[in-house]
Amino acid sequence: MKIVACIKQTFDTEAKIVVGGNGQISDEGVNLIVNPYDEFAVEEAIRTKEKNGGEVVVVTVGGDKAQEALRYCLAMGADRAVLIQDAAMVGADSRAVSIALAKLLSEKEAGYDIIFTGKEAVDDGAAQVPSRLAEKLDLAQANVVTALSLADGKATATCEIDGGSEILEMALPALISAQKGLNEVRYPSLPGIMKAKRKPLEVLSLSDLGLSADDVASKVVLAAAELPPARKAGQRLTGEVDEVVAKLVKLLKEEAKVI
Amino acid sequence: MEFVYSDEERMMLQMARGFAEKEVKPIAKEVDKEHKFPAANVKKMGELGLMGVSVPVEYEGSGMSNICYAIAIEEISRQCASTGVIMSVNNSLACDPIKIFGTEAQKKKYLADMASGRKLGCLGLTEPNAGSDAANLQTTAVLDGDEWVINGRKIFITNGNEADYCVLIASTDKTQGHRGISAFIVELDNPGFSVGTLEDKLGIRGSSTAELVFEDCRIPKENLLGEIGKGFKVALTTLDGGRIGIASQALGIARAAIEDATAYAKERVQFGKPIAQLQAIQWMLADLSTHYEAARLLTHRAAYLKDQGQPFGKEAAMAKLMAAETAMKAATQGIQILGGYGYTTDYPLERYFRDAKITEIYEGTSEVMRLVIATNVLK
Repeated sequence: MKIVACIKQTFDTEAKIVVGGNGQISDEGVNLIVNPYDEFAVEEAIRTKEKNGGEVVVVTVGGDKAQEALRYCLAMGADRAVLIQDAAMVGADSRAVSIALAKLLSEKEAGYDIIFTGKEAVDDGAAQVPSRLAEKLDLAQANVVTALSLADGKATATCEIDGGSEILEMALPALISAQKGLNEVRYPSLPGIMKAKRKPLEVLSLSDLGLSADDVASKVVLAAAELPPARKAGQRLTGEVDEVVAKLVKLLKEEAKVI
Repeated sequence: MEFVYSDEERMMLQMARGFAEKEVKPIAKEVDKEHKFPAANVKKMGELGLMGVSVPVEYEGSGMSNICYAIAIEEISRQCASTGVIMSVNNSLACDPIKIFGTEAQKKKYLADMASGRKLGCLGLTEPNAGSDAANLQTTAVLDGDEWVINGRKIFITNGNEADYCVLIASTDKTQGHRGISAFIVELDNPGFSVGTLEDKLGIRGSSTAELVFEDCRIPKENLLGEIGKGFKVALTTLDGGRIGIASQALGIARAAIEDATAYAKERVQFGKPIAQLQAIQWMLADLSTHYEAARLLTHRAAYLKDQGQPFGKEAAMAKLMAAETAMKAATQGIQILGGYGYTTDYPLERYFRDAKITEIYEGTSEVMRLVIATNVLK
């Protein structure tokens, strides 16, 4: 089987978010990690390979530092990696990323049996790329997947939906976006880390893919970011019970506007 | 000079920190309180390659540098110093002497078993009358036909209760003093071997500290490690490497105390502001952080020299001395910063305090470290 895992390098979930003077989020001194949902995707890809044989190709769009994220996945057990890196992709929106990934996967890396992604990235939380990519590749998709089995060229996926879960069955190739619970992510072993150094990591520009900067021009631009307002201190109501209740009801109606 | 992590060092750090936070930290308090050997985590550490970090891949180790080893021990010890020492002893005191002095057959069997985590190792050196004076050994090994017959008692042996293999240092010729000492590999399922007293200790309570009893314990002739009469060198070389592990363990304890005290100081409000804004607290944290960074550089430099095949005994002694004293100071002042809370078992500072103390004692006391350093400086 040819198994693909798409990942994104994101801020460490414990990173302190700082908005720079230009209204953009600063990545200075921030520890970068593989998006946690994408780790489930990579883990599932490796497990699929361990069960069925084949190879795991991990792909991402990013800058120089994204190589670290790819090496981490190689250390976990992926076989090779592809990085799409281009000045025109800096700050790319979900649409641009899915165009670039779709082009890669329909040409240079065609012939896959299954594609894994995380259900969303923890930085922008857009959850756009999995569905956009599946649409562009004309693949069946299962999103927010918590359980998966593969047999006889078919995938059976349990997907989290509002108030319950649904089970989808689809023919391969298909795209699966992973939710927490799909598996328990392994740590890269030390021998795995040593082997990762020698595994192939290919860097491709847009022109290598046959795309121009215009093809991936972002429709969405982050104009400015600001931190959420600091939480105000709570109010303490004092006095007789009747008085306090009346005040509370008034506040709930007029200030909080919840009743 | 470069002070940046290589790719593999960064990945190792990320992996070890993640593993330590998710798997080691949650049980650290219980391991300490119940005197409980963390068997499941030790097994997982074997699978991750943490039990033979710098053992070559051909002997089922991870083939990584001693700097990687130091980083890994620090991360594990940051959460649980007991788990840290179990790992350090297997890597430094059991794997390393066989890696350096072992025959090909010994490496294929014993080194591979321990580096892969299938078996656990210990070092049998200390005796009731041979602590810092390591040459004064009473345990004897006498050749009888094709077998060595071992008699004697070892005390304070870390991992002694769980270990499968022991690198044993014994006297083969008492008339020769330290030149009559030899090293052996003993499989501990031997009928002539038993575990004696288990120590009840102040700290590192999750790692066992055992008495090893050898009574006409017969081992094959080929289990001599290195040459006859060269066992004292095996012991000293092993301890030099071990000190990098213990320095790293002490760094982990120091960092734990500094990080926890810092977090507390930012939250704890007295006199209308967080105590972190008081100079008395700031100076403590500034000094501790400086000592920690200095000790870490010494430790990584000793590891670097070992990686380069250069002498590192003096540097390892300096690293262990500095790191151990920093750990003790950080734990002491960490408790001070937490005040009454730090003295209770609701916070882990008291555990760091109890764990830190041993780093000033085992694998060479701080006094012996100063002796080693002075001997090097004065020669």
